[in-house]
Amino acid sequence: MATNKTTILNLPEEELVHPGNRACSGCGLSIVYRTGLKALGRETILVVPPSCLTVLQGLYPIAATQLPCLNVTFASTAAAATGVLGALRARGKTGVQVAAWAGDGGTSDIGIQALSGACERGEDFIFICYDNEAYMNTGVQRSGTTPQHVLTTTTPISGKQQQKKDMPAIMAAHGIDYVATASAAYPLDLYDKIIKAKTISGPKYIHVHTPCPAGWGFSARYTVKIGRLAVETGLFDLYEQENGNFRLTGASQKLLGKKRKPVDEYFATQTRFKGLDTEKTRAIQEEVDQKWAAHEKVAAGIC
Amino acid sequence: MHIIESGNVAAASGVQLSGAQVIAAYPITPQTPLTEKLSELVDAGELNAQYIPVESEHSAMSVCIAASSAGTRAFTATSANGLLYMNEQLHWAAGARLPIVMCVVNRGIGAPWTVWNDHQDAISQRDTGWIQLFCCDHQQIIDTVIQAFRLAETVRIPVMVCYDGYILSHTYMPFDIPEPAAVSRFLPEFAPDWALDPACPANLNTVTLPDIRPDVRGETAPGYMEIRQNLHGDMRRAIDVVADTDAAFAQTFGRGGNPFIEPYRCEDAEYVAVAMGSLSYQLRDVIDVLRQEGLAIGVAGLRLYRPFPNRAVAEALSAKKGVIVFEKAVSYGYEGPLYADIKAALYDCAHRPAVHNYILGLGGREIKTDDLFDSLRTCCGADAPEAREPAFVGLKI
Repeated sequence: MATNKTTILNLPEEELVHPGNRACSGCGLSIVYRTGLKALGRETILVVPPSCLTVLQGLYPIAATQLPCLNVTFASTAAAATGVLGALRARGKTGVQVAAWAGDGGTSDIGIQALSGACERGEDFIFICYDNEAYMNTGVQRSGTTPQHVLTTTTPISGKQQQKKDMPAIMAAHGIDYVATASAAYPLDLYDKIIKAKTISGPKYIHVHTPCPAGWGFSARYTVKIGRLAVETGLFDLYEQENGNFRLTGASQKLLGKKRKPVDEYFATQTRFKGLDTEKTRAIQEEVDQKWAAHEKVAAGIC
Repeated sequence: MHIIESGNVAAASGVQLSGAQVIAAYPITPQTPLTEKLSELVDAGELNAQYIPVESEHSAMSVCIAASSAGTRAFTATSANGLLYMNEQLHWAAGARLPIVMCVVNRGIGAPWTVWNDHQDAISQRDTGWIQLFCCDHQQIIDTVIQAFRLAETVRIPVMVCYDGYILSHTYMPFDIPEPAAVSRFLPEFAPDWALDPACPANLNTVTLPDIRPDVRGETAPGYMEIRQNLHGDMRRAIDVVADTDAAFAQTFGRGGNPFIEPYRCEDAEYVAVAMGSLSYQLRDVIDVLRQEGLAIGVAGLRLYRPFPNRAVAEALSAKKGVIVFEKAVSYGYEGPLYADIKAALYDCAHRPAVHNYILGLGGREIKTDDLFDSLRTCCGADAPEAREPAFVGLKI
């Protein structure tokens, strides 16, 4: 595996996203999208529901993306990808990737029914969820993947009371052949996962942790640093679940057997965690420690 | 070839002959036998289409939107709450100018639950930007489905083919299945001007500003309002295309000739009953008896509801003494929606007939011939009342 890893030296130079697009400065999605399209390549049709990406892609008649893209309604992403695939089959066109690209709300909340249906049907597409952990395009409202205690514009005082929905696990429960997580802070890892997903038939799901300066409350220059901290603290794990086999990858894999950074180091960087107190932080640290104890066992082949 | 089959099978045969390439559907009564038949035809290799059993009507229309955007002939069918569940997608399909065809097997809407027939489902989607055609019998169902694809692809506007649940969908009638070769001549393969294609990338349905905006070459692109006005203008022009399509169909298959209104004994009539769907045929028997009684009355079956053929309506009805509109839908808090449209169409006429409104058959309430007699007799003759509040016919409590 290690020898096949893409580096900055052999990443394709061709850009499929135009510069000067409408993303905010420091937008994690910009990194994810730019890298992701390099991996997908030109023989791709994109399907995109309303999200920050809709804005990034530009306002008619100017587009920031050089790939064909179908903008669709919020709940319909995976069904629309199904329709494109059906049309490609009907027209006898092969060799074209269909990639759906949605935010966390468009994936785990309003989009989950169509996505679940498409996975059950075994549609041959890649679904990429960029998880910035709230409805950012509408102004930072809570979503199913907003972590517990986070302040959003709809959880403004007490923070979100509920835990983060584990969307990759839900996708894995569909029995699809490839589920992976990635992070905007590790674009080459994301690149390699998309490249691998392209070689697998059936539904592929990649969940990308995507820091958002405006929504999370940090300076635009810290996007990568904060994305890395989420991984280094063990809060967000990079992994692949291929044919049901779970495997930590990249920076998360390197954390096995090592001491992780404390979670409060991550929380301290963002204003959205202002509502956390020592007790809540300790509880989260315990959860993360338990999760990693389980990771260590899996890696050691104990369970 | 003449066969005796159900209305749903007539629709499926129309879809088969039309060579739909992508079919997506979710089961709902009374549409189900139609999609069951299509899945059977695909499974048996008698229809070369992609049949996609989606998990909801919303997704059924999503699949059609995407499949049509990717250059294929797409079809779905639904009823009642399934149609309502598609609502935002219907607007989307029309706004994106996709020539999708959908059968709406008309059924009342919950709550409370009903599976039986009325027209509230289709009528409630009146302003989605879809062309809406209504069928009166099985022959019209199969013929209209075939015409709908040609019409949709000519004007790039999606088309609903509406027919009454159970009354038509589940009853058996003889009808002619057109020859496939003749259908192919009438309806050539779908050849869109554009489609999603990596060789020619385009970003479809992007955010569009209130104002016009230059593109990268400096050419002016329309704003949202121009795009929407274009849909409206093309909808109005589609009235003529409906007539052209009907004429071409009549030339090939020898059926048709009344694209907007199907008149029955209207020529010398002083009074005309108006209805959509199978009710207009039911009214024919009533009219025959009233004619024997000496009443100069006819019935006009409205086939095209949107775009509304207001000129044809005015021409057909303005010279009459009275018009009696029977409909299976309500614009709650006002009156029958068709009644309002017909009155509006007559407003500019030099002579305006008295226009009456009866709401009936909601949620499958039996439409009794006696009730139709009573309603028509009340509105015809010297002592007929002025047009008034719409009356519900057939209430028992």
